[in-house]
Amino acid sequence: MPEPLEPFEPLESYGEEGRAIASTGAGGAADLGTQEAETLEKNLENGPDTGPDAGADKKPRSLWSDAWHDLRRNPIFIISALVILFLVIISIWPQLIASGDPLDCDLSKAQEGSQPGHPFGFNGQGCDVYTRTVYGARTSVTVGVLATLGVALLGGFLGGLAGFFGGTWDGILSRLTDVFFAIPVVLGGLVLLSVVTSTTVWPVIGFMVLLGWPQISRIARGSVITAKQNDYVQAARALGASSSRMMLRHITPNAIAPVIVVATIALGTYISLEATLSYLGVGLKPPTVSWGIDISSASPYIRNAPHMLLWPAGALAITVLAFIMLGDAVRDALDPKLR
Amino acid sequence: MLLEVRDLHVEFHTRDGVAKAVNGVNYSVDAGETLAVLGESGSGKSVTAQAVMGILDIPPGKISAGEILFQGQDLLKLKEEERRKVRGAKMAMIFQDALSSLNPVISVGDQLGEMFQVHKGMSRKDSRAKAVELMDRVRIPAAKERVGQYPHQFSGGMRQRIMIAMALALEPELIIADEPTTALDVTVQAQVMDLLAELQRELNMGLILITHDLGVVADVADKIAVMYAGKIVEQAPVHEIYKAPAHPYTRGLLDSIPRLDQKGQELYAIKGLPPNLLAIPPGCSFNPRCPMAQDVCRTDEPPLYDVTESPVPRASACHFWKECLHG
Amino acid sequence: MGRYVIRRLLQMIPVFFGATLLIFLMVNVMGDPIAGLCGDRACDPATTAQLQKEYGLDKPVWQQYLTYMGNVFTGDFGTAFNGQPVTELMANAFPVTIRLTIVAILFEIVIGITLGVVTGLKRGHPVDTSVLLLTLVVLSVPTFVTGLLLQLLLGVEWGWISPAVSPDAPFNELIVPGLVLASVSLAYVTRLTRTSIAENKRADYVRTAVAKGLPRRRVVTRHLLRNSLIPVVTFIGADIGALMGGAIVTERIFNIHGVGYQLYQGIVRQNTQTVVGFVTILVLVFLLANLLVDLLYAVLDPRIRYA
Repeated sequence: MPEPLEPFEPLESYGEEGRAIASTGAGGAADLGTQEAETLEKNLENGPDTGPDAGADKKPRSLWSDAWHDLRRNPIFIISALVILFLVIISIWPQLIASGDPLDCDLSKAQEGSQPGHPFGFNGQGCDVYTRTVYGARTSVTVGVLATLGVALLGGFLGGLAGFFGGTWDGILSRLTDVFFAIPVVLGGLVLLSVVTSTTVWPVIGFMVLLGWPQISRIARGSVITAKQNDYVQAARALGASSSRMMLRHITPNAIAPVIVVATIALGTYISLEATLSYLGVGLKPPTVSWGIDISSASPYIRNAPHMLLWPAGALAITVLAFIMLGDAVRDALDPKLR
Repeated sequence: MLLEVRDLHVEFHTRDGVAKAVNGVNYSVDAGETLAVLGESGSGKSVTAQAVMGILDIPPGKISAGEILFQGQDLLKLKEEERRKVRGAKMAMIFQDALSSLNPVISVGDQLGEMFQVHKGMSRKDSRAKAVELMDRVRIPAAKERVGQYPHQFSGGMRQRIMIAMALALEPELIIADEPTTALDVTVQAQVMDLLAELQRELNMGLILITHDLGVVADVADKIAVMYAGKIVEQAPVHEIYKAPAHPYTRGLLDSIPRLDQKGQELYAIKGLPPNLLAIPPGCSFNPRCPMAQDVCRTDEPPLYDVTESPVPRASACHFWKECLHG
Repeated sequence: MGRYVIRRLLQMIPVFFGATLLIFLMVNVMGDPIAGLCGDRACDPATTAQLQKEYGLDKPVWQQYLTYMGNVFTGDFGTAFNGQPVTELMANAFPVTIRLTIVAILFEIVIGITLGVVTGLKRGHPVDTSVLLLTLVVLSVPTFVTGLLLQLLLGVEWGWISPAVSPDAPFNELIVPGLVLASVSLAYVTRLTRTSIAENKRADYVRTAVAKGLPRRRVVTRHLLRNSLIPVVTFIGADIGALMGGAIVTERIFNIHGVGYQLYQGIVRQNTQTVVGFVTILVLVFLLANLLVDLLYAVLDPRIRYA
């Protein structure tokens, strides 16, 4: 049922918002930034340097450089960025800090606690928990980054087009996102991944992109509509700028900030979602080394050997926290109202 | 004297430093008298008024010095609970934008009646009747039917009348009106201003009218205080100031009013921008923009000179007030 | 107002059919709906063909969907893997999950809003900073880890609660599972309330209320809270549907035999009818909850009621 383009949708905005957040169920925090990002769009438009005399391509640059200036002084940003940098490095070169092999296990040492050379002890199969925790970063970071990239590209593209062109296409897309929001994410994961036998990360990533894009699409649509109404974009249109030029040069730089914020926060929650799916037995499969698998296989022994669960769970929590905090910090920096 | 503000200083602690919004303001209003406070945005006129009302955001705001005497009592020495009883009952405020200043989700009747419930302990039913009475008084048609409606259902002029009604509810001694007509259509501005002036006369209230519109001032004010960078730079009876300003800033303001007899000439504008309150220029704070500025203006801060030449006192904070007044 | 409700109702129809079709397609992708019907062995070809005919699986997917929906509207949700009608499973499972959801929503309202109001009013205060940090921690620890740890500490180590919920699932046994289920939303409600309060605190109408000489308590409860809670209440309303669908993890940890448990069983045993049936009801609950939210929104905000 196509409906005419309603740029501000005052009637629906909160309801839709709630829907966007509610839909993810256990991975609900994926939408943590949504509401705030929507405020952000509005504020960006009314930012201090958006006067008519702020040059068309000068404005985004000053917004970003202002944000960067803010971020460099924000301890939360620095800490979370360092944690993420560290995670990325050990995902690429886990050997740097872990000399062992995560698949080298000795059943006779199963469930043993901390001992020299094995600070985190051994897991149920007698594998070194420290080595597995280090190697698990690679899986989590890969899933998080690739899923986010996919979601941001697909959602950003579809939402951006809907916001830019409006009309029928927008109406169809809006209903389609409603449809996807009505399906709880964990449930969708269970159904789709329950028959997958592949041990690679791709099915999980594919599933996250399939069910995750509507969230970004909605944000992108909203921010493109907001950006489109900026005076200088209207001016560019009046001067006869082509659609593709306007989209690339004027709208994208302005509409992209909320998408980046929401995507950063979502990245953390995709990592969390991967672990949740693995816990339910449909996510990644051994021999893939993943925090989710290790937490899941340790959970029956939580009483006798809690270390098997606590180390990977701690690493998982710190990783997710780092991405959420990074998103939070970026959002604050991009929000001129807080200056 | 109904209200006397003495040597008031207000500053705001911001991330970039201390913004000195009000720097030693003195003014007074008597019962039945209208004082117009004039100035650009950022001149400290609204902040002074908010300090008088006791609705400054503290922090970041801070009243660092001064006294606010209301009926001889220093309001700054009162406890918050006593201060609260003064607000609304003995002094009331009318804000610029009635749409955002009225609560969007509460009916106007309830917002008006609230005054009587809180300050007079009236029942909901009685206060509702009072609300209708008030709406009649500010000449809102069909008050009885509209008392249950919400702010967004009224026109701009009607909403401002509701603001006025709310301020007048408990017949306060002092009204502070912060740009009461700026947000309205020109045709409605005069009606609202006339209503305010009429009710003021009727109730013999003191009125502080904050505005940047010299046109409004001429009709209703008794005296004028012109503010710049948190200070009063000129104070005078309304007619004298129009005849001959004693401060170059006031002159600039007067010259920048478009007049019909100036058709075809370029409109005068004060050059430059209002000062940054984080770094107010030394000497006379107006000196970077002043056409008459001399070296002394850049080093010595002018006091508020007594420039009285007629029976009514007036003052100007300009080293060259004589030249200005007679030149 | 009437037109508004009707518009929302009409918008629900395509979403309902779209979502159920989507899950129907997903379940078909999921695998062979009759695989689970011959016990643990694979069915022999003759039986397979017969069963396919019986269940209409030889027809195109869209036709199967229409047949299924037709049956659903007559109250026939099909048969579960153990031979029970799906409706019977629902009658047992939904009351349990509804109780669990009620507990979770109560946590969101009582704890989430209280914390949000306190932190919003005291922005920058140590209380604010610590609560904000706590919400971040809650958001970053996955629900299943929170659940397992709480179960271990409260249930096993300290013995405050029973680690597994009994089949009747009375309210008092659902307190901790409800808290676990609510945890992520709870953190979100806190943050949303905080942002909303902090934003509205600077609104002009709050300044007016102070200038009217109202006591602080009245300014907060009557003027600030009512406006700030509009987005929060709508979030919580929309969360009803999401919580019921998201209870899979919580129900698994505490062994609660609710909707999530039945769905999990249905998926593991590849029973199409259980999965699609439960999801259809969940989608319906989700849509009705959203409609409720829209109505609530109109009740709370007269600008919409009279639009």
